[in-house]
Amino acid sequence: MSELFKVSSNPHIRSKAATNGLMLAVVIALMPATGFGIYNFGPRALAVIAVTIASTVLTEYFFGFYNRKLSVTDLSAVVTGLLLALNLPVSIPLWMAALGGVFAILVVKMLFGGLGQNFMNPALAARCFLLISFPTAMTAFDCDAYTGATPLALLKSGEPVNLLNMVTGHTAGTIGETSVIAIAVGACLLLVLGVIDLRIPGSYIATFVIFAGLFGGHGFEPSYLAAQLSGGGLMLGAFFMATDYVTRPITIRGQYVFGVFLGLMTGIFRIFGPGAEGVSYAIILGNLLVPLIEKYTMPTAFGYRKGGVRREK
Amino acid sequence: MNKAGERLYNGLVKENPTFVLMLGMCPTLAVTTSAVNGLGMGLTTMVVLALSNMIISLLRNVIPDRVRIPAFIVIIASFVTVVQLLLEAYLPSLNDALGVYIPLIVVNCIILGRAESYAYSNPVIPSLFDGIGMGLGFTFALTCIGLVRELLGAGQLFGFGILPDSVEPIRIFGQAPGAFFVLAGLVALQNYIKESRKKAGKEYRKIGSGCTHDCMNCKDSEGCSGRFYDENAGKKINRRADAAQAGTQKERKADENTKAANTDEEGR
Repeated sequence: MSELFKVSSNPHIRSKAATNGLMLAVVIALMPATGFGIYNFGPRALAVIAVTIASTVLTEYFFGFYNRKLSVTDLSAVVTGLLLALNLPVSIPLWMAALGGVFAILVVKMLFGGLGQNFMNPALAARCFLLISFPTAMTAFDCDAYTGATPLALLKSGEPVNLLNMVTGHTAGTIGETSVIAIAVGACLLLVLGVIDLRIPGSYIATFVIFAGLFGGHGFEPSYLAAQLSGGGLMLGAFFMATDYVTRPITIRGQYVFGVFLGLMTGIFRIFGPGAEGVSYAIILGNLLVPLIEKYTMPTAFGYRKGGVRREK
Repeated sequence: MNKAGERLYNGLVKENPTFVLMLGMCPTLAVTTSAVNGLGMGLTTMVVLALSNMIISLLRNVIPDRVRIPAFIVIIASFVTVVQLLLEAYLPSLNDALGVYIPLIVVNCIILGRAESYAYSNPVIPSLFDGIGMGLGFTFALTCIGLVRELLGAGQLFGFGILPDSVEPIRIFGQAPGAFFVLAGLVALQNYIKESRKKAGKEYRKIGSGCTHDCMNCKDSEGCSGRFYDENAGKKINRRADAAQAGTQKERKADENTKAANTDEEGR
């Protein structure tokens, strides 16, 4: 009996998945949407994306340099920068894009303790910061390729929209949100790789469809629902931002609750709110409720009664 | 008059009501959209604070212990009414800008807090200067926040355009979220200065003569958990022994309150 058994506490099963691998997967999955955005809106879109990513990465680097804790290699700053850029209109002044990147990393993420501690999705928080700070620049969707309102704004005012263009992405909007096809390709990649699952996006989209059908004023008319689904940032938000590991609930039941809440809020903002879009506000509002959702959906451990009290023998 | 100077320093720097005590957050966040508004709010509060501190200190032996809070409120409300009427008569523009926050000075927790923790148990002159010091500290803080918010949110300083028109101001700083950002930034800055002073060995002795033995209402940001070190006496003061020695009803009551609160917390 010379064999030694290793005795250790759990976890006994380890995965090789690391933060930078997951983040790299997200970046690759965002590439179709990014590529289509650059093709659709021209080289200025590339400049906006480059400036935003540079500002997030540099902010993370200098903050880590100052605190002697280099976290820039986990690639999360690249994901934040890319997501923020995809949420900006192409005509935004570059200094505003850079300011948004600094806000996302410095205020929303690093001041709360870095990756894993941020209570809100940094990219979306920065988008809302910019939206409140510069309302005209952030909603100016006129560019060389397109003039006029976004499809959602047209839909809201009751004008006809071209559904085919909305699905392929040949419409006005932010850089990365227009093409449903490009986003779907990236989302499928993430689903196949197991980086995300369908719980949050599925419950989010399903709730939103039911809400829009009930209260949208068009009933369950397929063309209206399809236009609501493919317009605005719903697809990008549902697959890439609501599923953010840090700011979604960790419990499985909680993720369904989270998705349903997002669907309801998006529906309320879009249909009853003054603006045409509400995905980003819905998601950051949901982020704030995550601790509460987790508290009430935490599963009971084996051997415990409901409510976390140990069973007495 | 050394006491008066000490009170002024205490209010402005050591126990600055906004940056250290974190009191009076409602007007701090709501009216500081511009430097002028901050200055006006601060000065208005200072006048009420100094006068109410003085009157409460004068009446401290007359006011019964049980009804002291209503008595404070009556005194404070009278001064607020006077000040509001004066503002309406002579500075109508400021009155419009501050709006409902002028009457709300009645329930400003800095004023109630100073009345309860200082003026009610100290002589008139130090109480007056305590009010002036606290008011100046509040004014200073509000003006600082107003300056930053006005510069970033509107590109102006005291109503004069500073930034060129080509630079678009960051409008969020003119709204409620911006107030939180600026306040947090300034508090962080003053904590940073404090910490670096401490590292450089220039740390001032804390509490000193300002200790009221009332730990529940003690506004010292770092807390001393009962181990006061009095600079003047040069020895440690045993809080309980001291309270027993003084033996006044009020202090015993304060002690009981502390105990009750403690057991309450333990029970939780």
